[in-house]
Amino acid sequence: MSNRMKNIIVPLVAVLLGVLVGTIIMIATGYNAGAAFIALWNGAFGEIYYSGEVVRQVTPYILAGLAVAFAFRTGLFNIGVEGQLIVGWLAAVWVGVAFDLPKVIHLPLAVLAAAAAGAFWGFIPGLLKAKFKVHEVIVTIMMNYVALHVTNYFIRTVLSDKSDRTEMISESSSLRSPFLEGLTDYSRLHWGILIALTCVFIMWFLLEKTSKGYELRAVGFNQHASEYAGMNVSRNIILSMVISGAFAGLAGAMEGLGTFGYAAIKGGFTGVGFDGIAVALLGGNGPIGIIFAALLFGSLKVGALNMPLEAGVPNELVDIIIALIVFFVAASYMIRIFIDRISKKGVK
Amino acid sequence: MGLMEILLIIIPSTLLWAAPLIFTGLGGNFSESSGVVNIGLEGLMVIGAFTAIVFNLTFVDVLGSWTPWVALLAAMVVGALLSIFHAVASITFRSDQVVSGVAINLLAIGAALFLVKFIYGKGQTDIIQKGFSKIDIPFLSDIPVIGKLLFSNTYYTSFVAIAVAFLAWFVMFKTPFGLRLRAVGEHPMAADTMGINVTRMRYIGVLISGALAGIGGGVYAQSISSDFGHATISGQGFMALAALIFGKWHPLGVMGAALFFGFAQSLSIIGSSLPFLENIPNVYLLIAPYVLTILALTGFIGRADAPKASGTPYIKGNR
Repeated sequence: MSNRMKNIIVPLVAVLLGVLVGTIIMIATGYNAGAAFIALWNGAFGEIYYSGEVVRQVTPYILAGLAVAFAFRTGLFNIGVEGQLIVGWLAAVWVGVAFDLPKVIHLPLAVLAAAAAGAFWGFIPGLLKAKFKVHEVIVTIMMNYVALHVTNYFIRTVLSDKSDRTEMISESSSLRSPFLEGLTDYSRLHWGILIALTCVFIMWFLLEKTSKGYELRAVGFNQHASEYAGMNVSRNIILSMVISGAFAGLAGAMEGLGTFGYAAIKGGFTGVGFDGIAVALLGGNGPIGIIFAALLFGSLKVGALNMPLEAGVPNELVDIIIALIVFFVAASYMIRIFIDRISKKGVK
Repeated sequence: MGLMEILLIIIPSTLLWAAPLIFTGLGGNFSESSGVVNIGLEGLMVIGAFTAIVFNLTFVDVLGSWTPWVALLAAMVVGALLSIFHAVASITFRSDQVVSGVAINLLAIGAALFLVKFIYGKGQTDIIQKGFSKIDIPFLSDIPVIGKLLFSNTYYTSFVAIAVAFLAWFVMFKTPFGLRLRAVGEHPMAADTMGINVTRMRYIGVLISGALAGIGGGVYAQSISSDFGHATISGQGFMALAALIFGKWHPLGVMGAALFFGFAQSLSIIGSSLPFLENIPNVYLLIAPYVLTILALTGFIGRADAPKASGTPYIKGNR
């Protein structure tokens, strides 16, 4: 079997195994698995409202997935998408609240502020990796918590007067659209999905069609060979983290300017950044794969909210399934060997 | 407020917050010394906290005042069981250890909340009746000055944690088992040549990490939170990971780092009642452990280097 086929089959098998184990868990705990999956489907696609919510959820998932995937493709593991997302969210809302400008300037400014903030949050681990050879996984994890506490502090002191959330952003910086909301029975669907899809194209174009992208991928494959070929490894590592962080910051802008319209004190993480790891992995770090994976996880997450209401099954079941999918994709060595065995038998 | 009164508040609180970090950080130490990165500490703590609380609520009538200790054993066993997932994925199936750890974290919180709703029909458990309670340690608390500062108004678990840290140091640096464990983490091929079973040593390392992180979660749940919900463990496991690095992969260093982070955490909570900290925003204390860890890795505070082979699966015959 060709590698290309395998790259498509492995994630599919992982999803099937995840759903299978999820079903077994439901049967073992005495829940009605059939009703749960019907509720899940209805909760994601049963009404146009739910579909609008799915697309809204998919928007940050795509961007978070892109952030993880971009770093992956260049040999880095950005586990700090969550933190970059939070600072991007804050920066977008900050610009949205602080200024009063015409929409053509204000909205792009707020979006760019989010990208810049995320990029800065990615720049630090990139710099430390390039200059001090510090592993980016640990630094980005630590930066997540720094982001959480620092943004909470800013929201409480600078952006509000000891309140738990900021004011609403001004209309001129909002991604919200009465048109899209009307189209989907007043879901929170907003224009962000266009930004997300544009970014998918940007990532593909940058990595596959430009010489800079070639350099970034080369550094990811083999640092020493790239250095020998005259590429500046340090600069490429930093650039990669900056771009990855910018995607993550944009994911935050989707939440800040689109879904919520404000920033609030957080007790914990949003989870979008970690789900982005799942999206990137399942999507095989490719642009098309990421869109499909984000669609899958987005519908699972939104559909899950209907499971307790319609089938009496806790929505955390979907979190278990997502975790299992990640697990099975990670352990794809096992799936690949299995596929090899089956296809060899077929030949005999 | 005199210095003595301030210390009387800070020291017991530091010990309280440090105990879960010490257990979990030591767990991470065993795993990483054997060459397996364990980002899943957070998830292992979650499952430990969940198990301890459920066990405690279920058996408190039967076991009485022994409940929290037996619940810790249960948390230890379940933590070790969950860590088998990580071991199988990262050792046998050679998957990316960071990804597998992320999966453990997602799985643990999902499974724990699912089961809480399944068992209790709501998103959060009741508050346990019999947690670890403050005590004056007999005899030791009678020592003048030190007894009052260190051994009064405190928890047994903190001292068990410190004892375990010394035990871990002994095991890791003074026994053949520890030497083998570290050899496998530094240079698995050399260890393999000398007849050490790399796979088995790594499995043991990961299982110990699961067991200790389970205990860490159980201690946190039964002495600090007293119930289990979605936010019971939020970042404790990652802070333990930070302590592991700040402590430079050495059990006693981990203990020291955990005590220091416990100190920072308790200051961020009780700081507003202390005269000299009133005007400092507690955000500095909240981010201190993470910033210090980054600085330690960078080499500003003595360079921290991970075991050489940590993060890479061992494949026989590969150079």
